[in-house]
Amino acid sequence: MKPRSNAKRVFINRLVMAISAAVSGLFLFILGWVLYEVVMRGGAALNFSFFTKLPTPPGIPGGGLANAIIGTLMMAVLAIAIGVPIGLLAGVYLSEFGQESRFANAVRFVCNVLMGTPSIIIGMFVYALLVVPTHRFSGYAGAVALAILMLPVVTKTTEDILKLVPNTLRESALALAAPRWKVTLGVVFRAGKSGLLTGILLAIARISGETAPLLFTALNSPYWPRKFHEPVANLTVTIFNYAMSPYTDWQQKAWGASLLITTSVLLLTLIARFALVENRK
Amino acid sequence: MIVLDKNRKRVLGTERLNTREHKSRSDNSELNVMVSVRGLNFYYGRNQALFDNNIDIFERQVTAIIGPSGCGKSTHIRTYNRIYELYRDQRVEGQIILDGQNILENKVDLIHLRQKVGMIFQKPSPFPMSIFDNVAYGLRQHNKIPRGELEGRVEDALKRAALWDEVQNQLYQPGTQLSGGQQQRLCIARAIAVEPVILLMDEPCSAIDPIATSKIEDLIEILKKKYTIVLVTHNMQQAARVSDYTAFFYQGRIIEFGKTSQIFENPSKKQTEDYVTGRFG
Repeated sequence: MKPRSNAKRVFINRLVMAISAAVSGLFLFILGWVLYEVVMRGGAALNFSFFTKLPTPPGIPGGGLANAIIGTLMMAVLAIAIGVPIGLLAGVYLSEFGQESRFANAVRFVCNVLMGTPSIIIGMFVYALLVVPTHRFSGYAGAVALAILMLPVVTKTTEDILKLVPNTLRESALALAAPRWKVTLGVVFRAGKSGLLTGILLAIARISGETAPLLFTALNSPYWPRKFHEPVANLTVTIFNYAMSPYTDWQQKAWGASLLITTSVLLLTLIARFALVENRK
Repeated sequence: MIVLDKNRKRVLGTERLNTREHKSRSDNSELNVMVSVRGLNFYYGRNQALFDNNIDIFERQVTAIIGPSGCGKSTHIRTYNRIYELYRDQRVEGQIILDGQNILENKVDLIHLRQKVGMIFQKPSPFPMSIFDNVAYGLRQHNKIPRGELEGRVEDALKRAALWDEVQNQLYQPGTQLSGGQQQRLCIARAIAVEPVILLMDEPCSAIDPIATSKIEDLIEILKKKYTIVLVTHNMQQAARVSDYTAFFYQGRIIEFGKTSQIFENPSKKQTEDYVTGRFG
């Protein structure tokens, strides 16, 4: 047996390190570039009327995307109201009650499949489910599509976070003659609360950039979102429409909307990170 | 002196144990049997962990359970409040008679059972809430107590757990900020606040320092005036110091049970002698 050369080993080690460092650098560079472009081009579009006015027809200067901002927020709130409770309950079931039962494993499998399902398919599904029978695009349909997208994320993080809560806490609370549901709500949830919050925030971040599921459901609208059973204005579909239009004014507004979404997602992610750090302390 | 062996189970019927027999057999004739365990088998999935355990726990006495790691000490006492039911694959056979009722029967209300049988765990496990709320947790589960009375009962429990002097000025600080020994006494306060009849202690000193350990041992001495205590310990000196009766477990079987002085000074079984003299384990 011939001993391997030391110099060769050191060289390979350095080579692998250099390659992985270069790839990470490239990755950071691309991310930085995207952010730079969005900030430079979108920053100019952001002014007071962007946040307060309705969009103007092409060629007429001024106007804003206030209706899309409000519409997006409203749909997100409704999606959260639908998706978060169901996701939390499903996660609680998996971690606390179902554990390794056959049904729980089936739910886990479905959850993973749903997590990997392209969002456009969720959009099609809700289109068939809510838009076709009612013969109208609506904010409700949009919120339902977003809620379905949130579901697997909230379920999975809830289960993971609750599983991190040590069993000694559950046992101690049960030993004090507390019923199971009170143990879950009063002790287990409390122990994992910042983790659960993180999961919810990440799920919101995940849906806030989605366009495809809204194209078939909420569509878009140039008006204020007054009624939810009509098409509702939203930022992502607006970006989709405006970015492909030939009008420079609209294109600039699309950049502005992109900046707004990017910043919101960035903020949400940062808050989620801090919440998680707080939890580990 | 009481030595339980396999034949015993066959002699005893399913009725509550004939306590007179024990009184005459025990040195201290006024002792009452609090819990009698008959033919207890325990399974983790397919692995049997306890084999035909038979033992009587006397009222207001400290019964120590000793034996090498993995011999089933904790498993045994975890059946007394059925805390093992948190896990799907754990299962028990046999009888545990408390107040004339076999507590392993399905119809037994776990909430009532656990009000009577409190438990302290190996690792201090304060809930993520204030010291006050930790102690009040069990009380609040079952009673609507006016604030003033609740404060009184929390103070009383903390005093009886010898923790009041150290925490009276920080009742609203998180329980998790206390030291390990203080946390364990907090857990004891929490358990005795609900006024159980029996206190199960599963190696309560194994995760804390010697000074805190001696405090808890002093506490056990005081608590036994009011409660029946079952103490699992891997520390033979501790068993000798604080207990009145000792059961020696080995490989899921109760090898010998009797007065602590007899077990340590004059064991009738060779295995017990080898263990208490430190030849194995």
